[in-house]
Amino acid sequence: MSATAWAWLVLLFPLLGSLGIALGFRVLPARLCGAIGIAAVGLAFACGIGVLVTLLGEDAEARHHASSLWDYASVAGLDIKLGIYVDPLSTFMVLVVTGVSSMIHVYSFGYMKSDQGYRRFFSYLNFFVFSMLLLVLAGNFVLLIVGWAFVGFASYALVSFWYRRQTATAAGMKAFVINVVGDIGLVLAAFLIVREVGSLDYGTVFERAPETFAVGGGTITAICLLLLVGAFAKSAQIPFHTWLPDAMEGPTPVSSLIHAATMVTAGVYLIARTNVLFVLAPTAADIAAFVGLATLLIAGTIAIAQTDMKRVIAYSTMSQIGYMIMGVSIGAYSAGLFHLMTHAFFKALLFMAAGSIISAMANMQNIDRMSGFWKAMRFTSIMLLVGGLALAAFPGTSGFFSKDSILAFAEARGGMYFWMAIGGYVGAFLTALYTFRLIFRVLPGRPCTEAQELIETGHLYHGPAQNPHTLEPEDPDVGFPGSEHHIAEQSRSMAFAMAVLGFGALFAGLVQVPGVTDVLFSFLEPTFHDSPLASIHPSVGAEWRGLAIGGVIAVLGILVSWLLWVRQPELPALFRQRLRPVYLLCLNKWYFDEAIDLLVVRPVLAIGRFANRVFERYVVDGAVTGTEQTVRGAGGVVRAVQNGFVRSYALLLIAGFAGLALYFLLSSS
Amino acid sequence: MNIEWYIVLSSLLFATGAAGILLRRSPIVILLCLELMLNAGNLALIAFSRMVGNEEGQIFALVVMVVAACEVVVGLGLIVAIFRRKLPLNVDELRGLRG
Repeated sequence: MSATAWAWLVLLFPLLGSLGIALGFRVLPARLCGAIGIAAVGLAFACGIGVLVTLLGEDAEARHHASSLWDYASVAGLDIKLGIYVDPLSTFMVLVVTGVSSMIHVYSFGYMKSDQGYRRFFSYLNFFVFSMLLLVLAGNFVLLIVGWAFVGFASYALVSFWYRRQTATAAGMKAFVINVVGDIGLVLAAFLIVREVGSLDYGTVFERAPETFAVGGGTITAICLLLLVGAFAKSAQIPFHTWLPDAMEGPTPVSSLIHAATMVTAGVYLIARTNVLFVLAPTAADIAAFVGLATLLIAGTIAIAQTDMKRVIAYSTMSQIGYMIMGVSIGAYSAGLFHLMTHAFFKALLFMAAGSIISAMANMQNIDRMSGFWKAMRFTSIMLLVGGLALAAFPGTSGFFSKDSILAFAEARGGMYFWMAIGGYVGAFLTALYTFRLIFRVLPGRPCTEAQELIETGHLYHGPAQNPHTLEPEDPDVGFPGSEHHIAEQSRSMAFAMAVLGFGALFAGLVQVPGVTDVLFSFLEPTFHDSPLASIHPSVGAEWRGLAIGGVIAVLGILVSWLLWVRQPELPALFRQRLRPVYLLCLNKWYFDEAIDLLVVRPVLAIGRFANRVFERYVVDGAVTGTEQTVRGAGGVVRAVQNGFVRSYALLLIAGFAGLALYFLLSSS
Repeated sequence: MNIEWYIVLSSLLFATGAAGILLRRSPIVILLCLELMLNAGNLALIAFSRMVGNEEGQIFALVVMVVAACEVVVGLGLIVAIFRRKLPLNVDELRGLRG
């Protein structure tokens, strides 16, 4: 079978799974729906392997194929096909997406067991996987936008999954609105591309772009900046990031799949995919790199002050995506994608471990209330530790190799990119600090009430059913998480998924050890080898130097974290007092929500209010009332004729005819 | 015979009918006056037909008679309905069409 045939099958299975569960939810037993969901994604992963094997059997230069089923739209000189594009980049993304998704489906099989919306959950989840695969396999910008919008919807549906929680529906709307802003950027970019290049097909656009655009020209910079709006909104980069922490209202597997491993990395994929355009617009690429750097630093500082377990991990996601965005923007395409892959493993794992602990806490997410889970939940704790080590880039773990390969490239490119590498190392220190703050809060120490109950009775603590954010009591029926909770220690499917991802988080970095292995970069090379930046290679010595620095920084961060939160727990309080403004800034997330509220939301609301009070009331209403008054007035005049006297009607008739007759008589003579 | 006399008679009949419609209030009399006007028209048609020498005017007069018969059926039906509902048989008092 050809690579494209396998790729169509990759798309087909999740779509069938989603539709099958959605249509059959009344008759299918819940567990079967879960099994269908897992099978659909598992088959998609198997077909992804099929694509990979077929591609590897071909010549490296010939590893790109376009295929289309039918014409999607053919108007006004545009020929848009329902087409896919298979090359090493899309194959890589397909494998990461389906691989991590299948593990998260397996995890959800156990984790969501008591939820009344079990079937709905799997249908949405399969739909999300389909949309994400459509996004990465699309062969032109139109299908890319379709997939882009579909994942936005899937994200909305899953963030608001517990739809009777007011906070969850509000978070879903926020995520959707900000994502739609990004969609608009993408659509406008596509308009500009069509105007300048005359095609939306990837192959044609990337082939003609170097002839059409001058390097650094205004139009190409505008196109790239608009693409970046889309990428930033989807990938939660400053200033479009505020939806991501709120999106943690969704069920934990959703945070793990969509808001950590796959969807939020779509922006990274977009920049890597359109690298030909970004090479032509160096200004836009530099802006992207700076935004990535700013995001990774700012998100790191915010994560240190947060107390909500999932939000801490969400900010770390933003921060890690900052690394990837910076990487693919400065030309370290393969390194950025390498980090995307390892991040997908360890971040999905961290969320799974967090989900297990949150279940044990009866949905409470405040890390100030947690302690002593090392004794209560050994397996989950080990997994949390593994994920944390990989996130903190502890030597030997996957994050260690991938993060430093980005920074080594930045250093090798030199100039201002050298300083970006320095910023990246500062971010790495922050990462180690906040990651181990989380771990040191949750794992060691005297077990908290919930952990104690688990140790003593082996049963989970059942707190009152309440929204963890507003503490409103809630009905543990449909539209809320059920009253039953599930932890990895008691659920084989959850433990299996976590073990697989834990393996990936530890060892996935070994595919790309400088000077030793070169699996991933050589596979991705054909996609990027036309880029002028592809010739920059940090020397093996420089890479190992970078790795050494990164390792020292990670260990240092962990030590400082141990000092602050284990050895001398009074120190953080002291810092909070002495550096109160800094602490407040981080605690309040650098006031981004407030700033957006002030700069965007309030003006828009004010315009709306103005439109309602002045425009609607006086202009629109005036026009409508004016028309009505005119008609009524004219009617009043004419109405006098309709007096109801039949004889007067007759008089009018006769007089009229007589008048007419007289007129014709006179005019004929 | 001269055509003018026919036309003069027809006009007189028509004017009588029109005056009756305008001046009388009883619906029955108004119907009668309508018939008078229609027949004035018929008279003119037949006179012209004689003058021109073909049959078209006469055929048209027959059509007018059919129309007149239909009109009488509807008109008398209305009058009977008005009577049955005990409404006044006076067109000036039947002002339900007033806008």
